This record gives sequence, C-alpha cells and structure tokens, in this order.
Amino acid sequence: MFFRMVKGALFRQRGKMLMIAFTIALGASLATAMLNVMLDVGDKVNQELKAYGANIRVVPQGRAVISQMYDVEGEENAQSQYLAENELGNIKTIFWAFNIVDFAPFLDTQCTLNSEKENIKVTGTWFTHHLSLPTGEELDAGMVSLRSWWEIDGTWIDDNKDPNVKEAMVGADIARKYGLKPGDTLKLSCGKKAENVNIKAVFSSDGEEDSVIYVPLALAQMLSDKKGLVSSIDVSALTTPDNELAKKAAQKGPSSLSKSDYETWYCTAYSSSICYQIQEVITNSVASQVRQVTESEGSILEKTQLLMLLITILSLIGSALGISNLVTASVMERSKEIGLLKAIGANDGPISGLILTEIIITSIFGGIIGYFVGLGFAQIIGHTVFNSAIDIKPMVIPIVAVLVVTVTLVGSLPAVKMLLGLRPTEVLHGR
Amino acid sequence: MSLLEVKNISKIYGSLKALDNVSLKVEKGDWLAIMGPSGSGKSTMMNIIGAMDKPTLGQVILDGKDISKESSKSLTQIRRDKIGLIFQQFHLVNYLTALENVMVAQYYHSIPDEKEAMEALERVGLADRAKHLPAQLSGGEQQRVCIARALINYPEIILADEPTGNLDEANENMVIDIFRQLHKDGSTLIVVTHDPEVAEVAQKTIVLEHGKVAREVINNEK
Ligand SMILES: Nc1ncnc2c1ncn2[C@@H]1O[C@H](COP(=O)(O)OP(=O)(O)OP(=O)(O)O)[C@@H](O)[C@H]1O
Ligand SMILES: [Mg+2]
Repeated sequence: MFFRMVKGALFRQRGKMLMIAFTIALGASLATAMLNVMLDVGDKVNQELKAYGANIRVVPQGRAVISQMYDVEGEENAQSQYLAENELGNIKTIFWAFNIVDFAPFLDTQCTLNSEKENIKVTGTWFTHHLSLPTGEELDAGMVSLRSWWEIDGTWIDDNKDPNVKEAMVGADIARKYGLKPGDTLKLSCGKKAENVNIKAVFSSDGEEDSVIYVPLALAQMLSDKKGLVSSIDVSALTTPDNELAKKAAQKGPSSLSKSDYETWYCTAYSSSICYQIQEVITNSVASQVRQVTESEGSILEKTQLLMLLITILSLIGSALGISNLVTASVMERSKEIGLLKAIGANDGPISGLILTEIIITSIFGGIIGYFVGLGFAQIIGHTVFNSAIDIKPMVIPIVAVLVVTVTLVGSLPAVKMLLGLRPTEVLHGR
Repeated sequence: MSLLEVKNISKIYGSLKALDNVSLKVEKGDWLAIMGPSGSGKSTMMNIIGAMDKPTLGQVILDGKDISKESSKSLTQIRRDKIGLIFQQFHLVNYLTALENVMVAQYYHSIPDEKEAMEALERVGLADRAKHLPAQLSGGEQQRVCIARALINYPEIILADEPTGNLDEANENMVIDIFRQLHKDGSTLIVVTHDPEVAEVAQKTIVLEHGKVAREVINNEK
C-alpha cells in the first residue's frame, strides 16, 4: 500500500512532481557544472600558464662549472659536457612529476647557410615529442607548447611521426637577412657534415631566438656528430613560491637541513626541490631556476581557484535556497492531505515516511538529470572560456548527491514537522 | 453502560464559550442528529467526540474510557480504532483512486485488503467507479467514497459533519439511504446537519444554541 501511495503521488501528480524535479535538476546541474569547472580550472590555468615558457634550465655539470669559473668552453670531457637524451623521460618520474608541465631538450651547433660565410646558431630540439613513460603516462613534450607564443608564418615541424625529418624553423631576423621564407630549401653546412632542409616556418619570438634556426634534435645530433646527446633542457614546472626553508635549502644545499625540514622541503613543490629532484634523475646535471614568474603563476592559480570556489559556493547556496523553497512550498500545500491522514488514524512516523520518500525519489530523479545536464554546462563553459573540454571529475557525483539530498531534506523536514504539529481539525474544516 | 457519554463539557476559546456545559449519552446502535444555527458549536462537539480535539472542561467517555485528557498520540489510535469520520468537504486523497482511498484507512488501521475495500464500495454503490480518481467523481460519489472509507474498519461510532451540505437532493437521498442501512445493521451514527429532512430520519435530534443544548426531539419511528 505504501508503494501504491508513493506511486500514486508521483505518477498521478506528474506535473507537480516534474516541476519539483526540474527545479532540483536545475540546482544540481548548476552545482555539477560549477564543481567540475572549479576542480578542473587548476589544470586549465596550468595549461594557459605553460604558454609563458620554461622556468627551469638543466645543463651538464661540466658546462655549468666551467662557464662559471673560466667563462670558456672546454671540450676535454664529453661526459660532463652533455646530457643523455634517453634520460629525459626520467624528469616525469620525479616526486613532483605532476608539476612538470612540459620540457624540451636542446643541442646547439654552428652552421653556415647555403653559400654564405657567417656562422649561424642551429639548435636541435623536440617540437612535439610523444613520450610513453614507464609509469604508463603519455605526454607530448616540446616547443609547440613550450613556445606557444611564437608567431608562426608556416606550420610547426612535426617530429613526432618521423623524428628524422629534414625540416627547419627559421628565426625572423635570419629570415629577413637572407631572404628566407617557408617552403624554401636551405643548405646547412656544419663542419664536416651538411644537409638540405625544407623551411617549414619563419617564427618571431621578439627575443634572441629570432636569430636561431631550430631543427629536429636528431638532425642536429647528426650534423654535430653528437648522437644521443643534448646540451641543455628547458623545463616548465609549477612551483610553490619560495619561503625561508626553500631559500635556506637553495643557498646552503639540502644537506644543511634537519631531517624533518628536509622531508618538508623535498615534499613541497619549491623550485629548488624540483631542481634537486631533476638532478637526481639526470646524470651529471645541474638544474637551476631561470625565471621567477613561478611565484605569480602560483598566485594566479590560487586566485583563480579561490574565485571559482567563491562562485561555486554562491551558486550552491543559490540552488539550495531555490530547491528548499520549492520543497517547503510543496509540502505545505499538502496540509489538507496530512490532516486527513491524521484524522483517519495515521501516526506521525508513517506520514513523514510517505512524504519524505516521495521527495527523495523526486530529488534523486531530478538530481540525476541535473548531473548530466550539468556536465553539458561544464563543457559549454570549458569551450567558451578555455577552448577545451572540462575533465569530468567523479568526485563531483557524491558531492552533488549529498548536496541534493541534504537540501531537499532540510527544505522538507521543517515543513513536515510543522504540518504534523497541526491538529486535523485546523486543516479539515476550512474555516 | 453507554457507548458514549459526554459529561458537562465546555470548550472555551478566549471569552467565547463554543460549548457550554453540554451533557449527552449515546447508546450502541443509536442514530443521533445534531442541529442548530451556524456557530452554535456543532462542529466543535463533533471534533471532541471524534477524538480530534479536547474539551476545556468535562469528560468524554467512549467505550468506557475517558478520552478527554489523552495525549494526541493515543487520540490518533482511538480515531483509528473506534471512529469513522465523514466530512462536508469529502476530503479524499486526490492522487489515489476511490478504491485506494478506502484502502488507505485499512492501511493505517491494520493491513489493506483490496477485496474488502471493494465490498465497501459496493455497499455504497460505487463498485464500477473503483478505479476513478476523486477529480473524476461527482460530489455525491466522492461523499459515498468517504462513507465507504469511514465504514471500512468497523468503527464503534460513525461521525458525519454535514455530510449532505454539498450535495443535491438525489445524492442526499442516496446518503440518507446508506445511513438507514447502516442503522439497520446496528451501526452507531451521529450526524450534524442543517437539513430537517436529514435530521428527522434519525431517532433523536439535539438542537444546540450558543453552545448549549436547547432542546431534544424524539422522532417517531417510521
Ligand atoms: N479554533 C477556534 N478558535 C476560536 N474560536 C473557534 C475555534 N473553532 C471554533 N470557534 C468558534 O466556536 C464557535 C462554534 O464553532 P463551530 O464550528 O462548532 O460551529 P458550527 O455549529 O459547526 O457552525 P456551522 O454550522 O457554521 O458549521 C464559533 O463561534 C467559532 O467561531
Ligand atoms: Mg460546523
């Protein structure tokens, strides 16, 4: 009988119940959309901030020490002059791997163009290099995202399918000087080796790079006879702004820290601890912070997240108020029915059970619809604001479920309680 | 011992005495009509007898038990077990069919029994309307569903507050006929009415005025 009553209430008053479910769906969709966007905004902002380039440079020990001490370039020990290309993937295996958003290796060499005399800096690098890491993670690293602000005339080199493509991207200054344009063929002569390359693009970075020619790493290795070697690595990492502890570790070295300080430092994403960890995985390397903007990156991220959090909380409160209002009103509307049930002998428990069951079924129905509609909203927000899809976070489901159930219960319980307090005579004889 | 004995009850709202020292006895199988002008305290009286309200002063002894000081929880139980209520405004649950409206009373009383509920509807001539919702029934039919619901748990007393107030002549007669049948079957009936025709079919009529019993009329058996 109980289910017959619930069924009757739900199906024979479809219009009314759908109205309530609709409001709940609206509230739930708002909550779902905002929560999903909020939880994903960190990643989205990271991706945007990545556009501002690298902030950590990794160089071989020999080069770092010699250039610091003598300011000359020695060649005596190739081991300490170069880093191994095959160790690059290790960067994504450090403790703070998740904070490493991108990186690219470089190998510099000097070449002449066509029949000209002047030596030009030719740098081999990754453009989009697909890495399958031992952790199972997949990553596209390289200049395409690390230098996303370059203005390109032509198209990026695609070294992913074929790392040995004979192509080049020419800096705007050189292109102007030698009258080069995309589509031209260019002869690079570097010491004993020479190669004809196809110009894919002319780029403008408004910096020193405009007088560099970039080629795929494999090509530079071949031209300079440095197979499997790279001369530096640019890493873009999200870091926590430095504090006293980080400064101390950076100045006096991590060994000067007490054991617990060391642990705190190691397990915080300070640039110095990330550098330290990179050194641990790349043989004979020295990693150092080259750009201080990480601080503002951190605070921009924090501020965006705070803003999103506030908007989300406000929208949750808004939908909670809307839902509980309607639920309260819909329960109050039933005063006559509740009075009647009491008059024919129903106790408070069964009456509340009946009404709450109906409300909860309605809210679950509305909540599920709202959840999926909300996912749609989230994608619309993602595409209009970030030009990319929002990742769906499963943890939003329990949050929205708890929210909807709590809000509907909070909305209906006081109303039910109030109605149970009424004596049947007060509602039945419409005085 | 009388089935119902009302002893010197008063119901006082502020300075207004809705009932003023009223006494009354109803025996098992009696059919009593209560008449009186509007505001004379008829509904107040019915609510107190029907265990929906408590008197300010005095005692109501139903089936040997004083119900004038019971908690609202045990009053609910008394209503459920002993009393069948019929209202002027019918008061059916609008999302349940006629049959289900009858079964609701069974459900809160003990266990719903569809067959028995159907028989109750047959007694009031509504077997063919069992699957209709209240909105699909005429006023008279709705009132008959109410009667079926009031009867379903074999109450000690059936209380009807202006059961024909919203009905036309034909439906009124139908309701009177049902009451006659109930009386013949031994049910105890108390009916509040403005309508002398409804009152005179009862055995006895009490007239209330200003919360007091003004007079009692014994109707001749026909
Ligand atoms: N809850 C209440 N609070 C205050 N006064 C009340 C209350 N209920 C009833 N009264 C008053 O008590 C008096 C008797 O009311 P009651 O409803 O019993 O009259 P009645 O005889 O049923 O009238 P009618 O024929 O119009 O239904 C009226 O004057 C009414 O205003
Ligand atoms: Mg009345």
